Amino acid sequence: MPPARTALAVVPAYNEAATIAAVVSSLRRNAPEFDVLVIDDGSTDDTSRLALSAGARVVRPPFNLGIGGAVQTGFLAAYEGGYDVMVQVDGDGQHDPAELHKLAEALTPGVDMVCGSRFLVKGEYLAPVSRRAGIHVFAWLLSRFVGQPVTDPTSGFRLYNKRAIRLFADDYPHDYPEVEAVLMLHHHRLRMCEVPVRMFQRGGGSSSISSGKSAYYMVKVLLALFVALARRRPVVEPGDRAPVAAG
Amino acid sequence: MDVRIQIVGIIGATGLLFTILELVRRRRLLERYALLWLLAGIVLLSLALWRGALEKLAALVGIASPPNALFFTAFGFVLLLLLHFSVAVSRLTDQSKVLAQRLALLEERVGPAPAARPAADDDAPPALQERESVRSAAT
Repeated sequence: MPPARTALAVVPAYNEAATIAAVVSSLRRNAPEFDVLVIDDGSTDDTSRLALSAGARVVRPPFNLGIGGAVQTGFLAAYEGGYDVMVQVDGDGQHDPAELHKLAEALTPGVDMVCGSRFLVKGEYLAPVSRRAGIHVFAWLLSRFVGQPVTDPTSGFRLYNKRAIRLFADDYPHDYPEVEAVLMLHHHRLRMCEVPVRMFQRGGGSSSISSGKSAYYMVKVLLALFVALARRRPVVEPGDRAPVAAG
Repeated sequence: MDVRIQIVGIIGATGLLFTILELVRRRRLLERYALLWLLAGIVLLSLALWRGALEKLAALVGIASPPNALFFTAFGFVLLLLLHFSVAVSRLTDQSKVLAQRLALLEERVGPAPAARPAADDDAPPALQERESVRSAAT
């Protein structure tokens, strides 16, 4: 029997045929110790086939779950597969797998999640001012809430250890999960840190957040943040009522 | 209070109650969801029958005309039911998400995803075709 693999790279992808093969092969080249699992979240293009032939495992939910549900599928796979670490890399090519080792080096004992931040190096990331302004509002709020600086709360380039995998396999936010996930982590007394990474402009496809939806995104995430703050017990602990039940 | 509106109220509430009970009897409506409906029907029927209570209620909350108190109560129940449904829909959304995730992981473990295989209607499994023909024979 081959030795058990303990690292999983989860790549959520929705209609990313233009970039998915490059992302998968870059992962396999730069991080050969990671198994690659593409979550094809109901794509209507060739994403699945291209990912398979690039050498990834592909999981296909029967309908589009949205980014939160897709990434949580990855957490479930990592949890049930007994993986020790999991990295989340976007399927659109904006994260560089060559920088994965920076995240891995920061995952020291006592750190449960390492987040790649595009704002720790000055002037690298060029995005519309409105987008950056929104991110900074979340960053400012979150930093107050969790009591440590968070510069890039919407980054989806994240490395998780076993505790974080367990937490998010059980419960992960629905629509725009990254910001809320930072707060969840804090509520569950898990620790995170950030490392500087570069992010590319999207290689193809379109962002899950179009400009028209930005306002909705802001309001929804703000609501989710304040609701999460008001939740006295965000934690589902052994013996609690099941969060999802038929009755 | 006009007797006509009382009669309309009684007929409406009785019809509502009868419909709910009939739906539950035919298993078209789960008891879990019927409870709030039944409560609404019973309260509305008793207010329509028992004018004294309706007049008291109207006086209590400052509604000039008692029939309006009946509408007011009915509207309150409508809001409550809608909220109840939103909760139910949220739960179903969560459940279907979990099911989809489980199914996707299971499918990956069992064999190639359906999209990786050539999709064609004529290679449906024979069992399915058989069932189809049985169904068309029955109709």
